[in-house]
Amino acid sequence: MARLIRTEKEVEGRYEEVWIVVDEDALDRWPAGPLTTVGQRVPRVDGLARARGQALFTADLQLPGMLHTAVLRSPYARARVISIDLEPARSAFGVRAVIGPADLDQLTDEPGYVGHAVAAVAADTFGQAQAAAERIVVEWDVLEPLLDADEAVRQESFVSDVANYERGDFERGLGGADVVVEAEYRTQVVVHNSLETHQAVCHWEDDGITIYISTQYIWGIRASMADHLGLPPDKVRVICHAMGGGFGAKNSPGDYTPIAAELAKRTARPVRCALTRREENVAAGNRNATIQRLTAAATTDGTLVALGGDFVNAVGYSGWSATTEGPMKMLYACDNVRTTQYPAKLNLPPMAAFRAPGFVEGTFGLECLLDELAVKLGIDPLELRRMNYADSDRTDDRPFSSKNLAECYRRAEPHWAKRDEVRARSRGPWKHGIGLASQIWYGGGGPPSYAWIRVGSDGRAQVVTAMQDIGTGTRTAMAQIAAEELGIPLDHVQVSLGDSARGPFASISAGSSTVPSMGPAVRSAAADAKRQIIEIAAQRFHLEERVLDLRDGQIVSTDGGSWPLTEVTGLLESGQILGQGARGPNPAGMQVLTFGVQVAEVAVDVETGEVRVDKIVAIHDVGRVINALGAESQVEGGIIQGIGHTLSEERIDDPATGSILSRTLDAYRMPTIADVPEIVSELVDIPDEHLTNLGSKGLGEPPIIPVAAAIANAIRDATGAEIRSLPITREEMLRALREAEAREKERRGAAAAV
Amino acid sequence: MRIELSVNGEPCEADVWEGESLLYALRERLGLPGSKNACEQGECGSCSVLLDGKLVCACLVLAAQAEGHEIVTVEGLAEDGRLHKVQEAFVAAGAVQCGFCTPGLVVATADLLARNVYPSDDDIREALSGNLCRCTGYAKIFDAVRMAAASL
Ligand code: FES
Ligand code: FES
Repeated sequence: MARLIRTEKEVEGRYEEVWIVVDEDALDRWPAGPLTTVGQRVPRVDGLARARGQALFTADLQLPGMLHTAVLRSPYARARVISIDLEPARSAFGVRAVIGPADLDQLTDEPGYVGHAVAAVAADTFGQAQAAAERIVVEWDVLEPLLDADEAVRQESFVSDVANYERGDFERGLGGADVVVEAEYRTQVVVHNSLETHQAVCHWEDDGITIYISTQYIWGIRASMADHLGLPPDKVRVICHAMGGGFGAKNSPGDYTPIAAELAKRTARPVRCALTRREENVAAGNRNATIQRLTAAATTDGTLVALGGDFVNAVGYSGWSATTEGPMKMLYACDNVRTTQYPAKLNLPPMAAFRAPGFVEGTFGLECLLDELAVKLGIDPLELRRMNYADSDRTDDRPFSSKNLAECYRRAEPHWAKRDEVRARSRGPWKHGIGLASQIWYGGGGPPSYAWIRVGSDGRAQVVTAMQDIGTGTRTAMAQIAAEELGIPLDHVQVSLGDSARGPFASISAGSSTVPSMGPAVRSAAADAKRQIIEIAAQRFHLEERVLDLRDGQIVSTDGGSWPLTEVTGLLESGQILGQGARGPNPAGMQVLTFGVQVAEVAVDVETGEVRVDKIVAIHDVGRVINALGAESQVEGGIIQGIGHTLSEERIDDPATGSILSRTLDAYRMPTIADVPEIVSELVDIPDEHLTNLGSKGLGEPPIIPVAAAIANAIRDATGAEIRSLPITREEMLRALREAEAREKERRGAAAAV
Repeated sequence: MRIELSVNGEPCEADVWEGESLLYALRERLGLPGSKNACEQGECGSCSVLLDGKLVCACLVLAAQAEGHEIVTVEGLAEDGRLHKVQEAFVAAGAVQCGFCTPGLVVATADLLARNVYPSDDDIREALSGNLCRCTGYAKIFDAVRMAAASL
């Protein structure tokens, strides 16, 4: 029965209260562990098309008469357009339309960051559009930009309200502490740099628009573009068959989609607006920088008695402020916690969600500080974490739907036990060490999400849902779930995704929500189809439904009877069996989270400051694993992005003008295959018994979260140096080493004086 | 200007502008979108193709320079409808996520294995370090190259 509920909906750690109509989820749970198809190592069902270069990305689309767009973006972080002359562009060769600030909300005459869109040109080729855009004459009034996050806090320049939180009494907790550590941590701006840049092709047809777009959320694009264009949502069709990576940056239409839509309307032609790699590094979103001033206090027995922090999020000109303080509030069972989070509004390009926004940054600060505390207390870092284990969500005293972090710690032990062995590898200037960090994050997904399944007379099934596959292997996971429930071979299932005009609403692919939101809907659709097949079989074979089942493509009866599925479906001829499924509600009154721990082994050259990561062991608890091969690949991908974040990636801004200096893949240094350490990944694979008919949580984000802290803690173990800011460049490493040396000298001096 | 070249074993002609890249000509004029454009300046390897059997970034070669030469793109690796072993290995090893980098990596790997039947890990690092992948974390790409090497 459909049920109307008022519930909290979480995406990327942001909560909203919403009304949702949910279908009850009445299916029995599958047993834990690998099943026939689910839980196995399954290669991508659409892998070959991608490996042959046949998968059609938005970037590959060619429509007859399609025009190309160049966007004129502000070279100034803060300015006013005194006058703008579009005429020289209009008269340039190949140009079909030019629009400026007067024509579209997304084009501004008061840019607030370098890269803010000001005007756009559509021409027959991209080269012509670019040449024409350069001819636009703008007279600027250049204003003083606000670029410093602490200064923004002083001026109270915020994108949203300052967020205060306190439980217990922080000051009292601090007063009762034996050991207190304080430190300031900084994290840098990093850029998603998906290989396919942000882009859309807009095409007006009849009285509606078709939008081909590289996106993580077909339905979100449909809703926001319908709103923007003043169209009924069904007049907006959104298509994304294959997309080249998003990592959080492709959840919304950006400026490029409204620009393409407007130019397409004016020219009555399909129009592509694709960001160049340089634009991608400036105007496509980023993981914003943070400053974290943290305090941790404990009694000598290792009990955390106070945790506190001021967190400054350098959000940029717009966007939202991620919960950088989240790990401090949620990871440990500390009674007294006080946090303040400042969402600084600056004249810098806006942030966009980036793989566990806030928690990546906040975990770096918290987990490094915890190790500093462990050193002072003389307690083993893994022990200290166990001593302060949270058995419930301490922010609102809700029980966890499941938490197997203790099991993750247990599995980390043999790796952690190699501490002495790893340290003993040190030779000459190369010092070796080992460090660990815990992970906590969301990833439970939620309703609504729907799927249909049709089974034809050939006994094959097609899953239809208007979901997108952002490269994580959604098609494969959904095919596995449908095959498992229907009891048919995997290659008898096809999955049709990627088109809002084909199939029902499906969730966003962000916040690690694809599998936990969509998977249960697919399973319930398959169960609905299977129920009907059994009903028909019972009539065909004059048996009771309860003695029949579907397995390995056969209809089987408890008395040993067995018939190929096609003996029943074959009766249908052109008819089809249609199954329908919906995602049920999340467990009421429970907090659904993912957990994990990572152990890093590093080597540091104390003379040059070079840091090398030798090995990362990642152990995560994300409930039931659907595709063991795909899951492993997600973990490895997250870790490598984490290593980039930790060691090399950084958007370089000019501190005086706010201009972005790193605009190419040479200047912005992402890891290559030469940077890959040994990675050992282990998933606990225990289904969450309270969560949906699958017990699966999401895995996209958890693996990137603890990487930086685990590496920084390993560096401390190797050298005694305390890393305070990311990325850990040679300068930062050498600074930390010098500081450690000075501290050591002072300590020895003090000891000698006594 | 008009150029004549061989692409994936077929002679073909294209009208190109003097300044345009081979990548542009392949994708926009010859209907071969398999080679990807992710940076347009030789930094990502997504556009890797073979020019007279030599691995090049198609974005760094002028279309006009390809006049009279033989180009093999990812679309031309499979022979007689049979998939190239490297393509099979990338899928089997789980080395494909979004797949935007995959065509370039497949071509670069085919090139590596044509020169070096038993590449060491360092050979693989060296040969593929010009091909960026933002999704997989590269570990499965190592597996794929080893798997393809074993099957060739
Ligand atoms: S597109 Fe040629 S190397 Fe990036
Ligand atoms: S699989 Fe997405 S960039 Fe490599």
